[in-house]
Amino acid sequence: MKAFAALLDRLVLTPSRNGKLKLLADYFRDTPDPDRGYGLAAIAGTLDLKSVKPALLRDLVLERMDEVLFRYSYDYVGDLAETIALVWDQERKERIDDDRQPRLSAVVTRMNALGRTEVRGAVRDLLDRLDPSARFAFIKLATGALRIGVSARLAKQALADFSGRDITEIETLWHGLEPPYEALFAWLEGRAERPVLATPAIFHSVMLANPVGEGDLDGLDPADFAAEWKWDGIRVQLSAAGSTRRLYSRSGDDISAAFPDIVEAMTFQGVIDGELLVGGTARSNSATRTFSDLQQRLNRKTVNARMLEDYPAFVRAYDILFDAEADVRPENFVTRRSRLAELVEAAPHDRFDLSPLVPFSSWGELERLRADPPDPVIEGVMIKRLDSAYQAGRLKGPWFKWKRDPYNVDAVLMYAQRGHGKRSSYYSDFTFGVWAQGPEDGPEGDMLVPVGKAYFGFTDAELEVLDRFVRNNTVERFGPVRAVRAEPEFGFVVEVAFEGINRSTRHKSGVAMRFPRIARLREDKLPRDADRLETLMALVEAKEAG
Amino acid sequence: MKPDQLLYPAPAGLYCPSGDFYVDPMRPVARALITHGHSDHARAGHGAVLATRETLDIMAIRHGPDFCGTAQPVEFGETIDLSGTRVSFHPAGHVLGSAQIAIAADGTRFCVSGDYKRSPDPTCAPYEPVACDVFITEATFGLPVFHHPDPKGEIGKLLTSLKQFPERSHLIGAYSLGKAQRVIRLLRDCGYDRPVYIHGSLSKLCDYYVSRGIDLGDLRPATLEKGDRTDFAGAVVVGPPSAFGERWARRFPEPLVAFASGWMMVRQRAKQGGVELPLVISDHCDWPELTETIRDLAPAEVWVTHGREEALVRWCELAGIPARPLHLVGYEDEGD
Ligand SMILES: [Zn+2]
Repeated sequence: MKAFAALLDRLVLTPSRNGKLKLLADYFRDTPDPDRGYGLAAIAGTLDLKSVKPALLRDLVLERMDEVLFRYSYDYVGDLAETIALVWDQERKERIDDDRQPRLSAVVTRMNALGRTEVRGAVRDLLDRLDPSARFAFIKLATGALRIGVSARLAKQALADFSGRDITEIETLWHGLEPPYEALFAWLEGRAERPVLATPAIFHSVMLANPVGEGDLDGLDPADFAAEWKWDGIRVQLSAAGSTRRLYSRSGDDISAAFPDIVEAMTFQGVIDGELLVGGTARSNSATRTFSDLQQRLNRKTVNARMLEDYPAFVRAYDILFDAEADVRPENFVTRRSRLAELVEAAPHDRFDLSPLVPFSSWGELERLRADPPDPVIEGVMIKRLDSAYQAGRLKGPWFKWKRDPYNVDAVLMYAQRGHGKRSSYYSDFTFGVWAQGPEDGPEGDMLVPVGKAYFGFTDAELEVLDRFVRNNTVERFGPVRAVRAEPEFGFVVEVAFEGINRSTRHKSGVAMRFPRIARLREDKLPRDADRLETLMALVEAKEAG
Repeated sequence: MKPDQLLYPAPAGLYCPSGDFYVDPMRPVARALITHGHSDHARAGHGAVLATRETLDIMAIRHGPDFCGTAQPVEFGETIDLSGTRVSFHPAGHVLGSAQIAIAADGTRFCVSGDYKRSPDPTCAPYEPVACDVFITEATFGLPVFHHPDPKGEIGKLLTSLKQFPERSHLIGAYSLGKAQRVIRLLRDCGYDRPVYIHGSLSKLCDYYVSRGIDLGDLRPATLEKGDRTDFAGAVVVGPPSAFGERWARRFPEPLVAFASGWMMVRQRAKQGGVELPLVISDHCDWPELTETIRDLAPAEVWVTHGREEALVRWCELAGIPARPLHLVGYEDEGD
């Protein structure tokens, strides 16, 4: 536990990305298995640890100390976990030997083996046997409040730095491995072969596109690219291996239970990427229905027969990652697409169709098609390099998205305020933000900047959802305003539509939107998938140029 | 005689009427007894000053040779009679020359501890317990949250960081009297034998420590001439925390700011100060030491001068020892 605690203490105070990478890489190199694997899991958010309620910790500390002295201490320190970690020893002077403290792996194993009635005694004992710094780490882990400003992505970059492997190779394996990642470390250190995934029916990180920015297509040869329609549903991944079938949202949530109609129709073997929509497939010659119809099916734990009949779901396939057991991600777009076409052809025709290609010979022609698509459920075009492999993440170059309505961004909810009149009991005025480069370099330096406020556009049912999110995730209050959790891996994404955009010196972001409204809740997206300020600035510049 | 007839808090500080003197007065007085050289305890401008040899030397270094009318050095353990009031000085273990002052008259004995600590410190004489009826204690770190770790472990963190980030200069904030010299001595005790670069404001006091037999190894001025930035890559630079906001500090290559202080125990304090590497090294008692000292001495009464008075008074109350806060203002120790 000592090494992990020391790492946390350093990470929270180290501002630079390179400094963090160095600390992480050294930790992975110097810490033995299985401890480093649990440390990695704790940082990447994959650690499963029996949780402990703050109330229990408070109880435990008050068993042993005067309440007044505890209150003085808490008032001074300001953080419950830290206060308990520091006051636990009270007048006890002897220091706890580094090598006699329980290891991180021992703490995890012990906690997870506990029965309900054993938690209290075990937590007390662990707090006794850890030193203040390790105690703090343990309390933060067990209360699920570990926030150190390090993303899973940065941790993987550190693994790449320490091993010399490529980060995309690590990303590829990631979702198929589990803490304490011993096989991963053995491979990274060249002691073993690349780990073989137990089941390919796991979620694999998806490939994302960058918005077409000013001048991005200049100098690119249209003949090197294919275009497809960008459909207005939600992006999904379907995994079938043996008898295991899973439907995942683009962020890796398993949504199989809400779509038994799709899961039942997954007669193929492999992993494909597509758009989840409601209506009929092109193969059954019926219309694709709108996003609001799809919404009837989203965010449900189960679904009834009536729903299945009124709002039938289907998947429009975009890509293939695994053809049966073969990993085809390194193959090029053209080869993958022919494999995909074959797979879709054999799949039930009312649940699967192939996203059609859009023939074009110049960027100008594609722009005209984009502006006037043949179906109202199309929101733009996707542009994909013919020779591109399927690579996780948002790489600049191989894939672009070109939206029909440029005045439309994904933003993250940051603040909320109560409404007026009949809405005064709801948090209905929202401030949202997009990502921008902060004072630090690299993706870790990204921060959200508020870009606008909206208080309409949503339905009453959506307002209930937003209001509940605000109430359950308030991190700070400033008078009537609540700040809500908005972190790359946790928060609420909304699609904001607006009538226009201008430069503004009054706003910190430098842009001002005209008539922004919340067009849609994007519960299928994580805040890290939201748009960036550069995208908004590009809209402003395009407008000024045009 | 009631204790508070022998000694009581007056506007200028703790006053003893029978001996007509103050202890560590906040403003100029005719006669002052000084516990140690930190600026909030040892002010200039008094008439007669009684203190240890080292404390007088330090006052002369900091305020100039005319810092008072007459200066009288006193040995540890020596008893001096001031109009029937007997005073003696005893090691406090805080900084070089630091003393507790025992004051006795008519069968009542006070111990004014000044600032003190009980953990080992190679740069000054170790604390000695002084039996007394009334113990006057500081409470700078008088909260159960304060547990000062082994200072060698903290220096170990610094040495690890030097290995991990050999391209960065490590700037260590340490108060100029006591802490700076202790940190340097600790580095030497942990085997660090490369030069240590010091800010100009530390040089006189470091020289003085060396003249008193405390070996600080190879010390060099931390002055940056044009073009020699790289000489400081991976170097240890010690300076007063106040200098780190200045241009001086920004000229070092990729400075990594460390701060040696008991306050570094609390993460938020470190974070607010922009400290990247907190080193919990304190010249004061932590909570176990404060409470242990009171238990050991078992005085009839405890007075708490400065710091977190309310928590220590509460602890005494729970332990059945009469205690009161003195609310003396003006002591914001420069050496915590
Ligand atoms: Zn002092």
